[in-house]
Amino acid sequence: MAIRSSRASTKVARIMLAPALRIWADRLAPTGALIALIVVWEGACRLFAIPSFLLPSPSAIVQAGLEVSAAQWLGHAGATLRVALMGYAAAIAVSIPLAVALVNSRFLSRTLYPILVIVQSTPIVAVAPIIVVTLGASDLPRVVITFLIAFFPIIVSTVTGLKATPEELIELSRSLRAERAREMLHIRLPFAVPYIFSALKISITLSIIGAVVAEFVAAERGLGFFIMFSTSFFKIPQAFAGLAILAALSLALFRLCTLVQRWFVPWSLPKSER
Amino acid sequence: MSEQPRVIRFADVEQTFGRDDGAAITALDGITFDIGRNEFLAVLGPSGCGKSTLLRLIAGLIFPTRGTVSIYDLAVTEPRDEIGIVFQSPTLLPWFDVLGNVTFPLRHKYGRVSAEDNARARGLLALVGLADFARKRIDELSGGMQQRVAIARALLLDPDILLMDEPFSALDALTRDEMSFELLRIWSERPKTVLFITHSIPEAVLLADRIIVMTPRPGRVREVIKVDLPRPRSIATLSDPTYLALANHIRGQLFTRAVA
Repeated sequence: MAIRSSRASTKVARIMLAPALRIWADRLAPTGALIALIVVWEGACRLFAIPSFLLPSPSAIVQAGLEVSAAQWLGHAGATLRVALMGYAAAIAVSIPLAVALVNSRFLSRTLYPILVIVQSTPIVAVAPIIVVTLGASDLPRVVITFLIAFFPIIVSTVTGLKATPEELIELSRSLRAERAREMLHIRLPFAVPYIFSALKISITLSIIGAVVAEFVAAERGLGFFIMFSTSFFKIPQAFAGLAILAALSLALFRLCTLVQRWFVPWSLPKSER
Repeated sequence: MSEQPRVIRFADVEQTFGRDDGAAITALDGITFDIGRNEFLAVLGPSGCGKSTLLRLIAGLIFPTRGTVSIYDLAVTEPRDEIGIVFQSPTLLPWFDVLGNVTFPLRHKYGRVSAEDNARARGLLALVGLADFARKRIDELSGGMQQRVAIARALLLDPDILLMDEPFSALDALTRDEMSFELLRIWSERPKTVLFITHSIPEAVLLADRIIVMTPRPGRVREVIKVDLPRPRSIATLSDPTYLALANHIRGQLFTRAVA
């Protein structure tokens, strides 16, 4: 009896252990995949003796990154971050009210919306040099370029969200004879929050792209400028180091968006993500 | 209940809707009936017979193409305060808790909710059997509980008239039966004039004082049936011979119509 129960308990332990392992394997999978990629990359560079100006090895990138002082990195990252966030803030401040106006006015949605689509369809990268010439040498042209790249998803998603409100809730609002502004404020806008946040997550990474594009065209600081500068002197590992920091910055901002949503509007997330 | 003073009156109401292709659809045609004070009237009919259009006409959300809809002998020209509405889906707001959803009509209409309002809303939650759920999130509630919250919300402004648009049709069969008896209990504690739209024959017979059976496309009144079943009604009502006879009669009517 005792033997059987102990055997049963080891069996139980094995069954209990297996899911625990699986959970850990699941948690570590993303990091593991990244490490594996870096190892394969490093190995390939050494094995095939790939020249560093074609593809630098991860160790060479780290080394090149360490040769640049922290103060310099902070200066470049800070410049890019400032332009990206200013453009992003402008995109939010313009897009959400504009989306509200578009939903409220058939005239505006018939006239302004096609123009916005045209603006969005124009390659901003091609317009960027013109904007720099027109707006001069300050942060302004860079912020405008960032804005132009980041604003459109916010408008489209917000409009979709504002229109996705259940008709019955609008009827409830009308049956109460509430002010029209309250229908927007109490019902439509909150309903659009999940839509707005998915756009905010897309636009934050677009803002980084916008800032870098602007720095490619005209800048004397910033990670985009740093990458251009490094490649022009064939410091490819250093350019890769700049790229890595840029990617980390973009990822961190994306993550921040998710956290802000979880902190302030948890109801707008699916249950599994709260 | 025609001896009671009438609250709602439909006089020869026709409702046509323009379609996008220019054709007009007649949703309702020659609708005439009264609803008496604190009467429970069920409107029964197949999909597309304009049942929900009736409700929206009373609510003042749309206006008839011809004829008049009046409440207390005044033609309906805008939404009125005497009306509470319960929709097919609970349509609760996930960013408020249960209590916030019940008080939402006040917040929405006047922009503020007082302590007394909250106390009254808690009373209504107790009435619908959710006394302990005031601070719960909406997604913690089952479908039946969410519809109870919607009923409490509809009762917040103490309306004389309760409009219900297939309120239990999204619920499972067991919850649906339970909610029917709950509604009868709530209605006996807070008598209201009720217009209850449904496509369930057993539900209509169990709940209503009178049933209006509608025809589809265009929606016309096919028959008005008085339900002579004693109140309070209970599970025993479901085996009452009168109940079974009425349900069979209506089923036969709708069925012959479908065959024809």
